[in-house]
Amino acid sequence: MSRKLLLDNLDKPGIQSITGYSDNGGYEALRKALQMKPEEIVSEVQKSGLRGRGGAGFPTGMKWSFIAKPEGVPRYLVCNADESEPGTFKDRYLMEHKPHILIEGMIISSFALGANTSYIYIRGEMMYVFHILQKAIDEAYAAGYLGKNILGSGFNLDLHVHCGAGAYICGEETALIESLEGKRGNPRIKPPFPAVKGLWGCPTVVNNVETIAAVVPIIKITGEEYAKIGIGKSTGTKLISASGHINKPGVYEIELGVPVEEFIYSDAYCGGIKNGKQLKAVVAGGSSVPVLPAHLILKTAAGEPRLMTYESLADGGFATGTMLGSGGFIVMDEDTSVVKNLWTFAHFYNHESCGQCSPCREGTGWMYRILNKILNGKGEMKDIDLLWNIQGNIEGKTICPLGDAAAWPVASSIRHFRSEFEAYINNHGMKDVKHYYRLNNLQEA
Amino acid sequence: MSTNKNIQFSDDAMALVQKIINRYPEGKQKSALLPILHIAQAEFDGWLSPEVMDYVASLLKIQSIEVYEVATFYSMFNMKPVGKCLIEVCRTGPCWLMGAEDVVRYIEKKLGIKAGETTADGMFTLKTVECLASCGTAPMMQIGETYHENLTLEKVDDILNDHKNQGNRRTHWEKDKVKP
Repeated sequence: MSRKLLLDNLDKPGIQSITGYSDNGGYEALRKALQMKPEEIVSEVQKSGLRGRGGAGFPTGMKWSFIAKPEGVPRYLVCNADESEPGTFKDRYLMEHKPHILIEGMIISSFALGANTSYIYIRGEMMYVFHILQKAIDEAYAAGYLGKNILGSGFNLDLHVHCGAGAYICGEETALIESLEGKRGNPRIKPPFPAVKGLWGCPTVVNNVETIAAVVPIIKITGEEYAKIGIGKSTGTKLISASGHINKPGVYEIELGVPVEEFIYSDAYCGGIKNGKQLKAVVAGGSSVPVLPAHLILKTAAGEPRLMTYESLADGGFATGTMLGSGGFIVMDEDTSVVKNLWTFAHFYNHESCGQCSPCREGTGWMYRILNKILNGKGEMKDIDLLWNIQGNIEGKTICPLGDAAAWPVASSIRHFRSEFEAYINNHGMKDVKHYYRLNNLQEA
Repeated sequence: MSTNKNIQFSDDAMALVQKIINRYPEGKQKSALLPILHIAQAEFDGWLSPEVMDYVASLLKIQSIEVYEVATFYSMFNMKPVGKCLIEVCRTGPCWLMGAEDVVRYIEKKLGIKAGETTADGMFTLKTVECLASCGTAPMMQIGETYHENLTLEKVDDILNDHKNQGNRRTHWEKDKVKP
């Protein structure tokens, strides 16, 4: 079993409240942090090797070190709680069950960055969690952890929770900032980066919920100790959202480095494939990352066991590898149609494109309509190449990574499951994938 | 600017709106737009009419167009009237894998409407939505602020019957939370 730094004490009564949280070591890290210098906290986070847990995996300490410090200009910390990546539900789980770890992390991180006003931007659909966070913030004010002169340190902080209103794109940090300013969630062109010009034109750091929460154990046990967990540049623990055809879906905190095979089949985690079926494919890091067939998710192309780390999952590049992303681990059994799964993703990206860049705005719609045509039995062989062409003309050609996110599932589905597309086309659409296997008398690849 | 005297937040809602505006720096009150539009939906029958949007613009001292362009961008804002009970069924990958299509078909049949439509009695509107971060408890649907998870068709029956019996309007920002 992995060590728990974020999801520890979840079984303790009242852990959702400030008393329950404090009775179990909560806010000790804050007391410790306020005795430190802000730059010492940044240095601890750098030593920890913590990487952004929202999906990009950028080193958090480095991101913090970029923040501009012009005289007389406020700095802001914004927590990205817009969790919208299909397959990902860890932040919701953490905020719902242990809201104070996020509040404590926000106070420590704001102190480190010199921010006196901070915001948690939560997606509007999670309104009930919005109210949980508001309650936790009210409790923290009453306890003297927020407001003026926190615990006699001279540090002032106001923390607010802000709700979005339904837009995947607002998980992109500059779109999130636009949205927090009361505008449409259209991503900004970078540079300038938010660390220089962010919220209301001021230096801003945007970090994911899990990233901010991880600062609490880092301060508690030191960055050096945190870095001892995991493998290489994948340090610490990571929350994995496991869904799909598995016996035990849910949120698991793993030490980075657990073998993928153990994660899927061990009773400590997913508990194997549902109904005793075979594994067909996995989307390992949220809908945006490349889908991999069973043999490539369990082992790398070189035959090494695939591990749950940033590096091991990416081994082989996109030809045979994928990404850890947000840790949204979607498992598909042998009867799943990869083409139809892709069709749901294509609908998603088409719906969520903000419309700013033509390749994404138009391309996501084209890809969705071509997939619709194939699924409805009207596909032609040249449509597969057309899909390939369109995704290639979106990737890397947009202001924000939504374009890449829309392209990669299409590219990887064709790369690894081309015969399934062909089968849909040859058979003028199919009722389901079992139909495909029956028609072709095929064994699974 | 709104001249419609019938459109006016309740005192509680107005106090809350003021409290929210104060969370942003002086002159940056436009930041309060999304939260306030949620409250407006709760206050004014679950949707944002042009008059309601004009009213919100006047409160925030911004142009009406700034409210329209934002309201139409975000999927949680209803630009036309919806039933008292807006049923939002997640349709994205992980929920689809676990049978979201069956849930949608079942509700369509039960209510005699298609996704996107409202029942004749104005009670239910059915909508399919994109991933609501509930993939581990799929399939799921949202009604008001409540996540209904690990759905079975029996569960769907019970939930819809309950709502029909209660008969009150549900919004994402629940009406009873429109208090300062």
